[in-house]
Amino acid sequence: MSELSSLDNDEPLLVAEGLAKNYGRLPACRDVSFALYPGEVLAIVGESGSGKSTLLQLLSAQLAPSAGRVSYRMRDGVLRDLAELGEAERRFLFRTDWGFVHQDPAQGLRMGVSAGANVGERLMAVGWNHYGRIRDTASTWLDRVEIDVGRIDDAPKTYSGGMRQRLQIARNLVTEPRLVFMDEPTGGLDVSVQARLLDLMRNLVSELGLAAIVVTHDLAVARLLSHRVMVMKGGRVIETGLTDQVLDDPREPYTQLLVSSILPP
Amino acid sequence: MTAMIELANAEKTFTMHLQGGVELPVVRGVSFHVDPGECVVLSGPSGAGKSSILKMIFGNYRCDSGRIGIRHHGKVVDLATAEPRQVLSIRRSTIGYVSQFLRAVPRVATIDVVAEPLIVNGVAREEARERAGKLLRRLNIPDRLWTLPPSTFSGGEQQRVNIARGFISDLPILLLDEPTASLDAANRAVVVELIAEKKTKGVAMVAIVHDDEIRHLIADRIVDVTSFAAAA
Repeated sequence: MSELSSLDNDEPLLVAEGLAKNYGRLPACRDVSFALYPGEVLAIVGESGSGKSTLLQLLSAQLAPSAGRVSYRMRDGVLRDLAELGEAERRFLFRTDWGFVHQDPAQGLRMGVSAGANVGERLMAVGWNHYGRIRDTASTWLDRVEIDVGRIDDAPKTYSGGMRQRLQIARNLVTEPRLVFMDEPTGGLDVSVQARLLDLMRNLVSELGLAAIVVTHDLAVARLLSHRVMVMKGGRVIETGLTDQVLDDPREPYTQLLVSSILPP
Repeated sequence: MTAMIELANAEKTFTMHLQGGVELPVVRGVSFHVDPGECVVLSGPSGAGKSSILKMIFGNYRCDSGRIGIRHHGKVVDLATAEPRQVLSIRRSTIGYVSQFLRAVPRVATIDVVAEPLIVNGVAREEARERAGKLLRRLNIPDRLWTLPPSTFSGGEQQRVNIARGFISDLPILLLDEPTASLDAANRAVVVELIAEKKTKGVAMVAIVHDDEIRHLIADRIVDVTSFAAAA
């Protein structure tokens, strides 16, 4: 019998090696290593203070690691150490190839300018300059995230929480990024609004073949959105595997505690 | 080997850390194989580990030791040690799982729930929907329900949607966990027919069925799970 070593020979999009971050003498994140592949959705779960948000910032080059490194495969196919990127390359990642969905939409949107401008801005940053095309594309995206196109000229400060979050998603996805970071994307929303948002994100991620790293303390979010999960505690990854495997057959005491703490539906 | 599935000494124990680390042995020494076009029915009383074995073959429960060989794209992959992405690839193009319960996707129309496994394998949406419609009709789900999400359906209707979703694909391995549990006689007969059709297409199946009559109709071989009982 011949054994398969790898099924798809595609190469990882992002690779973390021995990542660590200390705040003074306090280790917030210790020895994290993994590879993320194109189209793969990874959830990072754990309670407040487990180090998951620090890890997300390290992975998205918003924070410099104390040790280890993060590499990313640029569009030319070359895997590059994020710490060694030039300013222009870094800007390209943030504006085009990556998205970042914040828990608080006010952090990811410009609240005082129109929804159309919020979406169009990312396009202009990558060189679009035809007003009609920008507006058409913005309309298409508002529709895709289920925002009434009639609201395109209204500013997000007039939107509800769920609409703001959907607008933030449209703004991020309009440049067709290959990787999206999400920090508690459904936190702070009503349960019914959460369900709609999750369903929308799930469809968009699979239609666009996006890779995503989603930080959440909500295991239901991890189950619905992710292929793979990493459980963090005290700054370390204590368990990792296929999402349904980790949630249905948790091995570590802490993971068993997390899973058993979910209220039955 | 020509078998589609070959288990050798597969073993599973749960360690319950919240109950003081109690070890709960589930199965040990699980060894059997399934050939193409064959339906193997697992038998044994409740709690003997039938569903656990099915979940191990799907990669949902981890296997502590032993081997679970799956023929995937012409080569054998050991699911017990496979990487998560290999398991996902196997689930996309080799193994289907029909559980008793539909894990409802909130707002998706029934016809799309059923068509989805074809679409992810590259079948055009229109063709996928047409095939989904045919299967739903065979399983007596009326046309007027197709555009509604199945979460609003009765238990029996949801199960039939789940069966349609499980049987629509051309996957070479199907795992069936009580596929006829809450169905009436007419729909049970449809499921028996669907299983027979899969056999003629060379699909390897492992099933759990409590109904003696159904078991008699679908089983080519019966594997008694009590011989794998882990509790000494």
